[in-house]
Amino acid sequence: MYAQMVETGVKQVKDRADMDAQEAAFMQQIDAEDKIEPQSWMPDAYRKTLVRQISQHAHSEIIGMQPEGNWLTRAPTLKRKLQLAAKIQDECGHGLYLYSAAETLGTSRAQMLDDLHTGKAKYSSIFNYPTLSWADIGAVGWLVDGAAIVNQVMLQRTSYGPYARAMVRICKEESFHQRQGYELLLTMMQQGTQAQKDMVQDSINRLWWPSLMMFGPTDDESPNSAQSMAWKIKRKGNDEIRQQFIDQTIPQLEVLGCTVPDPDLKWNEETGHYDYGTIDWAEFFAVIKGNGPCNKQRLARKVQAHENGAWVREAAIAYADKQANIKSQQSNTNKVA
Amino acid sequence: MNKTDWPLYEVFIRSRHGLSHKHVGSVHAADETMAMENARELYTRRNEGTSIWVVDSNAICASAPEQKDAMFTSPVEKIYRHPSFYQLPASVDKM
Repeated sequence: MYAQMVETGVKQVKDRADMDAQEAAFMQQIDAEDKIEPQSWMPDAYRKTLVRQISQHAHSEIIGMQPEGNWLTRAPTLKRKLQLAAKIQDECGHGLYLYSAAETLGTSRAQMLDDLHTGKAKYSSIFNYPTLSWADIGAVGWLVDGAAIVNQVMLQRTSYGPYARAMVRICKEESFHQRQGYELLLTMMQQGTQAQKDMVQDSINRLWWPSLMMFGPTDDESPNSAQSMAWKIKRKGNDEIRQQFIDQTIPQLEVLGCTVPDPDLKWNEETGHYDYGTIDWAEFFAVIKGNGPCNKQRLARKVQAHENGAWVREAAIAYADKQANIKSQQSNTNKVA
Repeated sequence: MNKTDWPLYEVFIRSRHGLSHKHVGSVHAADETMAMENARELYTRRNEGTSIWVVDSNAICASAPEQKDAMFTSPVEKIYRHPSFYQLPASVDKM
């Protein structure tokens, strides 16, 4: 997802019998669906897991502006350009909501950015794929934001209050992203030339599998998912939300008149779900480890933007200090008078 | 590289419907003017409000979780403060 394979620091899910009174009370609060708030007592591992997950989620929103920004100056019409600019601004806003939520856990914005810039913190694998054609902008909105919505709707019920509240705001805005992406593709499929229609199909061919990888590997491979579920940070398993995404996306694919590059995809009457082929997890782990098509470029661009902005940040602080000095001098003068 | 964050401001917005300002989140900014600009960009892109307050986060005094019982338990017991405590005949129960 926007946060994949978040480390919880546990070898196995902690047994209730091994908890002291404070931690048992915390789990009771979780069980009762009471939100955990910044000042509440929480286990150290819960706090660290949330910082990792929320900051990774935030970094994904911020890095996610790059593949879309790639087409901003080349949007085919002014309308599409305005829509794309609005979407990119939303992504930045989502990053900021999330950084604020993470800061309530005791980390700082500067620390999180530093962790991103030095490669210590991760962001979603999906943003390490390039946007090669204009149709990719539509496919990103439809598939990538679509996958994100499934995850984020679930996260509106996450146990940590500030994270849940950020998700509520984000979900309100994501729907626009997905609809504009789908409408863009639909316009190309219904009114476009053959070359434009081929462009849409090519885009789906490239982005389908990476979109499914966004949900992360099957849950039973690590204790992290189980622990996150016990803490109700995550409310559903990776495969469950991946299936939900596929089930809701295929009918939309059919309306477009396109296909996905999966010969095993077919409706299963018995289960009431679509069956699908095996995901190439070797590719996923390669991208996570830094060897995707755009990892180096994305990070270098982010660091460059941060460094190029240093003088602006310094100037703003210098100006604010100067204004505060003038104000305090004036108030001192008034006192003397 | 300067690794200190700009000060944190809490953002409150009044929606159009005459309700009180409501906390919506926070922004970092070098000063109040920038906090206001950032709050506008971040929290009112879709007609969410007609008025914004930004408050230095350090200026907020919050109740502590460990005082929760002392502060909030008493009203729970005072059920006679609620209209439903008073049983009235059905003919006047819409009161």
